[in-house]
Amino acid sequence: MLLVDIILPGLVLGGMYALIALGLTLQYGVARIMNLSYGESLVAAAFGAFSLYSGLGLSPLAALLLAVPVAMLLNWLLYRFLLERLMRRGKDRGAQEIDSILVTFGILFVIQGAMLVAFGGQYYSYSYLSIPVVVLGSTLAVNRLVALLFAALVGGAVYLALTRTRIGTAVRAIAVDANAARLVGIDVAALSGLAFAFGGGLVAVGGVLVSMFLTFNAAMGVVFTMKALVVVIMGGVGNVMGALVAGLLLGVVETAVARLVDPGLTLAATYALFLGVLLIKPTGLFGRAAP
Amino acid sequence: MISANRRTLLRVTGFAALATALGTFASPADAQEKIRIGYAISKTGPYAGGAGITTLPNYELWVKDVNAAGGIKLGDKKLPIEIVEYDDRSSSEEAVKAIERLANQDKVDFILPPWSTGLNLAVGPTLNRLGYPHLAVTSVTDKAPDLAKRWSNATFWLGTSAQISEALADLMGKLKSEGKIGPNIAMVSIADQFGIELSAAGREAFKKHGFTLTYDKTYPMGAQDLQPLLKDAIASNPDAFIAFSYPPDTIALTEQAQLLKFNPKIFYVGVGTAFPLYKGKFGAGSDGVMGIGGWNADSPQLKDYLARHKAATGKEPDRWASSITYASLQVLQQAIEKVGKLDRAAVAAEIRSGTFDTIIGKIKLKDGLLQEVWSVGQWQNGEFYALAPASLPGARAPVVPKAQWQ
Repeated sequence: MLLVDIILPGLVLGGMYALIALGLTLQYGVARIMNLSYGESLVAAAFGAFSLYSGLGLSPLAALLLAVPVAMLLNWLLYRFLLERLMRRGKDRGAQEIDSILVTFGILFVIQGAMLVAFGGQYYSYSYLSIPVVVLGSTLAVNRLVALLFAALVGGAVYLALTRTRIGTAVRAIAVDANAARLVGIDVAALSGLAFAFGGGLVAVGGVLVSMFLTFNAAMGVVFTMKALVVVIMGGVGNVMGALVAGLLLGVVETAVARLVDPGLTLAATYALFLGVLLIKPTGLFGRAAP
Repeated sequence: MISANRRTLLRVTGFAALATALGTFASPADAQEKIRIGYAISKTGPYAGGAGITTLPNYELWVKDVNAAGGIKLGDKKLPIEIVEYDDRSSSEEAVKAIERLANQDKVDFILPPWSTGLNLAVGPTLNRLGYPHLAVTSVTDKAPDLAKRWSNATFWLGTSAQISEALADLMGKLKSEGKIGPNIAMVSIADQFGIELSAAGREAFKKHGFTLTYDKTYPMGAQDLQPLLKDAIASNPDAFIAFSYPPDTIALTEQAQLLKFNPKIFYVGVGTAFPLYKGKFGAGSDGVMGIGGWNADSPQLKDYLARHKAATGKEPDRWASSITYASLQVLQQAIEKVGKLDRAAVAAEIRSGTFDTIIGKIKLKDGLLQEVWSVGQWQNGEFYALAPASLPGARAPVVPKAQWQ
């Protein structure tokens, strides 16, 4: 059953991609912050989970209960006291994006520096739920399945919150046109801060879960930023469902190429798919053209 | 606004000029007080992981040891070491720039090498031109003999890719002739210079010993899921699995092999196998795994080194290049002491021709290369013992077939 053996592990890998991209889609799509320190935040959460696990014996899943509120608070403070000023100062979306790129580029080095001081440059890895489970004849690791499950649950919940609630509708309005949203009485600054903080919480979820099965070090953030960017842009900026679908698609394509063509071409396949989607649909799979 | 800016600028320039002037005046006096040693190392970027375990802790340990003993003996007095450190950000350009800066601006007496084959090859020509001894410890390349001929200041310490692959093939060839393993090998390698050189040398060496490669693929750096690769390798039903991999993939391949209950008679993974991280993560599960490197763990000097390394840096050294890195620094110190003055050309010549007492035993380089280097090791009861080349003193017998994963 080669097909099952490609699709299931592909979905599991894709689940991880979707998971690490969900936070960025909120931060970039709604709060307009092109967060270049995204990967570093993710690695910081991984280090947090590692410390709690090796120091206190706290399971990473329990660590989520601690990591998510802390990350949300930190991100909210960051937005409130630093990024919001930039957003107000920037004349248009372009200027705001450039400012946010510059500032988060600086934050990247601050987080990375702090992690280097605390943990040094070497690799870290621990084992949690590294148990095989056979699904339809394909062997999968429980920890990666948990990541897929979380991606689906969190992605689904955020999608419903955005489409079915009043706040969600307001947040989407901001993503489409912040100025028009302001005209109809939406508190753009407060909701953008909320979206950014929520995105930060999702980064923490990604970091904690990924730390269960990937080896990481303080210098690895950029790998995650790149992957998250590809997924977010491919899915359509600011679209949660898009990020979910794009992540899963990427995982399946990479696994298929590795099994059917050559494992050396997985990276090439990623970018071929990325370029292909952008050529056919420049706004991404689920993206809409700006009015 | 403009005038304020200009004032700040003037002030900054003034300070800078003053600092430079002080530095220039201060350095000749300093030269007799201490020995200035500089290095640029990857504190950030993709090489930080390797540099952080193999190279940097040993620089720190060595400086601490030397200074605790009063310094390096120069004539009739001992001079402590003063360190100038930069981050090369894992970039060749930065590494070369930092070397230039260390030599021309900081005017250091000696320069220690960066981590990795790539960066050592990148800074090689500059160190040669500037006339600094170059201890290219963490570089594995088949070009080493040629480079050592071209650069009279340079020395290579980890053997060549061909040496490493041949030692592995020799060991396996012997096991095959004893009937302990069959002729089928699945080989995977990372798509960069390290993986390409080792797998190319491996292909040849395995063929020479009558092995068949049933699976032979490369994978890109930063691959986040190696299960597809491993599944096809398993499907080829090999007697031995060989991976020329880097630490994150070394860990991932082992973890996936355990999940998939893949139990070949020989399971060999690349860089990272000899790291304490590996033992820490897999515990008893690491037993029987073979990897690149190894050391004579029974040697009292190395036992003492292990304890000092742990006490000074809080962690164990890796069982491949760590002890060699430390030994190379001991060689540098003894060469300086033998020459008796800060004459870089004479020190470089002494490193290549002298005999030195180090933690890895007596060292005498030949043609600028350390000839007797461990290539294959195996985790046995919680220690990574060296297996090959079997001719070196302290080599252990391999445990084959590897026990089932636990």
